[in-house]
Amino acid sequence: MTALIIAEHDNVSLKSATANAIAAARRLGTEIHVLVAGCACSAAAEQAARQHGVDKVLMADARHYQGGVAENLAALIVSHARAYSHLLAAATTFGKNVLPRVAALLDVGQVSDIMDVLAPDTFVRPMFAGNVLATVRSDDPIKVITVRATAFEAVGQGGAAPIETIAPGPDLGLSRLLARELTHSARPELTEAKIVVSGGRGLQSGENFKLLETLADRLGAAIGASRAAVDSGFVPNDYQVGQTGKIVAPQLYIAVGISGAIQHLAGMKGSKVVVAINKDPEAPIFQVADYGLAADLFQAVPELISALGQ
Amino acid sequence: MKIVVPVKRVVDANVKVRLRSDGSGVDTDNVKMAMNPFDEIAMEEAARLKEAGLASEIVAVSIGPDTCQEVLRAALAMGADRALLIQAEAELEPLTIAKLLRAIVAREQPQLVICGKQSTDGDANQTGQMLAGLLGWPQATFASKLEIAAGSATVTREIDGGLEVVAVTLPAVVTTDLRLNSPRYTTLPNIMKAKKKPLDKVTVGELGVEIRPRLATLRLAEPPVRSAGVMVADVAELLAKLKNEAKVI
Ligand SMILES: Cc1cc2nc3c(=O)[nH]c(=O)nc-3n(C[C@H](O)[C@H](O)[C@H](O)COP(=O)(O)OP(=O)(O)OC[C@H]3O[C@@H](n4cnc5c(N)ncnc54)[C@H](O)[C@@H]3O)c2cc1C
Repeated sequence: MTALIIAEHDNVSLKSATANAIAAARRLGTEIHVLVAGCACSAAAEQAARQHGVDKVLMADARHYQGGVAENLAALIVSHARAYSHLLAAATTFGKNVLPRVAALLDVGQVSDIMDVLAPDTFVRPMFAGNVLATVRSDDPIKVITVRATAFEAVGQGGAAPIETIAPGPDLGLSRLLARELTHSARPELTEAKIVVSGGRGLQSGENFKLLETLADRLGAAIGASRAAVDSGFVPNDYQVGQTGKIVAPQLYIAVGISGAIQHLAGMKGSKVVVAINKDPEAPIFQVADYGLAADLFQAVPELISALGQ
Repeated sequence: MKIVVPVKRVVDANVKVRLRSDGSGVDTDNVKMAMNPFDEIAMEEAARLKEAGLASEIVAVSIGPDTCQEVLRAALAMGADRALLIQAEAELEPLTIAKLLRAIVAREQPQLVICGKQSTDGDANQTGQMLAGLLGWPQATFASKLEIAAGSATVTREIDGGLEVVAVTLPAVVTTDLRLNSPRYTTLPNIMKAKKKPLDKVTVGELGVEIRPRLATLRLAEPPVRSAGVMVADVAELLAKLKNEAKVI
């Protein structure tokens, strides 16, 4: 049995969630191949080859894999899939976009967002905003799986797998990437940071988020947000933590001016230590917080900043 | 241009679900049900395209037991012209749903299918992509902006790093993200009008789709509860706890 991991990368480097997906694949006890499809993507392929536990890297290099467009990528994956027992990708927007299309083309189901591997065909996955954990067995000949990155500790580097160049598949011409506007930040990546400072509607404006930025910089933290803060335009969409945003599990999660709706909790309940700062002592966020501070954030956060600055 | 919008009946987003005591499923007795919020966004987008003169007809489709007529009536009140219930008793997997929708697409010949990106019960995030794959159509998932021009759609997508803009040829499948629009509240006159709009029923058998589950659910469990910790009096106490007790800063 061999598992194929669909690598997520920007041609130059591998996205860290791919290392988490490889970690999940190692629990299957299969051989592990990684597919790097891109455009001038040899640096990413070399990085994939260094990941622990990888036996072989397949590299498909063509213009029409630039940007990881789902239609072309799915066609390529499907043409190689019959050699594999498992196809995996991280449950990022990239993996969520591509893999269900692959599954349908192979006439198999998909197991989404797995949090545990119990056997090569048996997995645990969340439903209902993480309020139900389902143990499911896939009876399909090829198991198509997306992996919740925070549930599997990333593999390290130090391997030296061979890289095999494979022929690119067709350019289907169905869709075209016109532009990408990526949020640039010098702070750690939200899903990888050891500390996350998240703000909600209580911040009142994008301007006030500067307070959280200063706090985050003192702590070396990433910044997250609730849906309400994103919908109100305080911060970009990719800051959203929750059931339908990003899943984070840092050592420390500080929720500021966030009420603690089910959908938000779904994205941060796996954090080791949770701090909540909210002026409403009845806010549901306090029910999941290890340390709660019932206070006005406009007073508490500046105090925190100055205490940390000493 | 005809648009098909699949709508699912799910437990209302504000309800915290509980498992039945025998663990056989989620307790839905006396639980408020509603249209999946992402499907509401899909329905709203279709209605706006029709109001802008870009769509000629909207067909809402739901798959499930007779109670799904509620969400179909809600879709009709939001602006769908017709509704179709595919009658099914069992909870179906996304692949089967996608196959049923493919059969509807073959009958209806729409130029656009707008799906929610995920349903808030199963959280699978699969159906739209699967449908696009089965049809050989392009897909534009997690849309936060949709523009239709002759023979193509330009879609802004919410991705992990920010946003991206893709152009897809029509026909296509688009799946909605939260910020595509804010669904309208339906008005009483529109609810009354919806009662007179056609709602047809069709069985899974009539569509010629075989139901073959691919996943066996072995167990359902509630996750370990995170217990509430302590309230601290002030910032100084908070920092002391984080340094000395939790040792995370
Ligand atoms: C389909 C669907 C998907 C969703 N997905 C997500 C998701 O992925 N992530 C997500 O976060 N939400 C999601 N939501 C939204 C979720 O239900 C809540 O509406 C949202 O999380 C609320 O954000 P909030 O806590 O910032 O705002 P609110 O609930 O308005 O809470 C604001 C909090 O700030 C506090 N506050 C105000 N002023 C101050 C002050 N000066 N000092 C201290 N505290 C103050 C208030 O006491 C309050 O508790 C989703 C909803 C739906 C229907």
